[in-house]
Amino acid sequence: MSEGFKIEIVNPDKSFLSKENVSEVVVPAFEGEMGILKDHISIISFLKPGIIKVFTGSEEENFYVEDGIVEFKDNSLSILTSSVFNLKNSDKKHITNSIEEAEKELSKKEIDDQKKFLLNSKVEVLKSLNIN
Amino acid sequence: MASLDDLKKRISSVKSTQKITKAMKMVAASKLRRAQENAEKGRPYSDKMNKIILNLSNSISDKENSPKLLAGSGEDKVHLCIVMTSDRGLCGGFNTNIIKKAKSYFKKILEEEKILKIITVGSKGYDQLKRAYKDNIIEKISFKESKYVNYFDADKVGKIIIDEFEKKEFDVCVIFYNQFKNVITQIPQEQQIIPLKNSDSEKNSSEDNYEFEPEEDEILSNLLPKNISTQIFKAMLENSASEQGSRMSAMDNATRNAGEMVDKLTIQYNRSRQAAITKELIEIISGAESL
Repeated sequence: MSEGFKIEIVNPDKSFLSKENVSEVVVPAFEGEMGILKDHISIISFLKPGIIKVFTGSEEENFYVEDGIVEFKDNSLSILTSSVFNLKNSDKKHITNSIEEAEKELSKKEIDDQKKFLLNSKVEVLKSLNIN
Repeated sequence: MASLDDLKKRISSVKSTQKITKAMKMVAASKLRRAQENAEKGRPYSDKMNKIILNLSNSISDKENSPKLLAGSGEDKVHLCIVMTSDRGLCGGFNTNIIKKAKSYFKKILEEEKILKIITVGSKGYDQLKRAYKDNIIEKISFKESKYVNYFDADKVGKIIIDEFEKKEFDVCVIFYNQFKNVITQIPQEQQIIPLKNSDSEKNSSEDNYEFEPEEDEILSNLLPKNISTQIFKAMLENSASEQGSRMSAMDNATRNAGEMVDKLTIQYNRSRQAAITKELIEIISGAESL
């Protein structure tokens, strides 16, 4: 028996990441960050903008996601998202643009609370990325 | 009988047509490879999405109050049909097959005296449908500008559908597209996306208990609109692969036919040239004899 579990990140165009033997994954679930270890109970949840952290042994990989859903079942974690990128190859200009767009969206009056919340967290996460 | 010059002209014109069809075939073949790859890469996403929704909808306890996108509006009066075709022609029976399938569905709907609404995606579909169903078409969408199929476009179509649904403009939504099986075979499909149809075979396999965070309803109401876009995106990917496949085989046929025609014309050309020579010889000989 292996010590870890399987993770798969899929976006509409392709399978973004597929990895066996992952020891821990932290996902930005809608109601707060959620750490998933092996033999976690089956769960479905959806994501808000944030960072997915994937730990394999001592290695750590970080991905930025904007939205998506996670499903964990039988020690296999699937993350479906339409926008994801690896923090290693992130592009400062792109991030700055996204922040501007989100802020523009925020300044509109007719948005509802949920959207506001999502956009706020998006801006927050992206800004923290830009500082690093 | 055509003169030698005419034959020569015809041969060269058929030859240049053959060159064009051959080039189109090559282009389609290389595009097909990419489109096919994309279609295959896109499958895991839509499959997973379907599975999760299936799991969710099975575990919803209160079926009565489940989101409308899943259960439908409870009526069956207005049908919205999304007909997805290509933007370009010269691809064999590709567009015609979809239209044929869609038209037989339209007929059924109209015979049952239900209201029909159509959205066409891709300009060829609009061209073929506008004559018979002009009043039923409520929107035409075309992605001529975008070079490759992308999720952003699919999302746009999905949003239109959801907007219309929320305005209670229709009860049932069906999409028509070609499923890519292989280069020679494309199967026209009709798929109902609102209300969502569960395939019964998979029902039993998913009796696991899930934990949900937040509540089922909330997840579902977030997920279902996404699922619509995903299904549209899947249809678009399948469609683009089918289009290239269909074009490739159509152009292959055309090239072959042109080749046959060139052969036939060349034989005819040679024969009539020979006939002209013989005729001249006879004239010279009989002229010499009479001297």
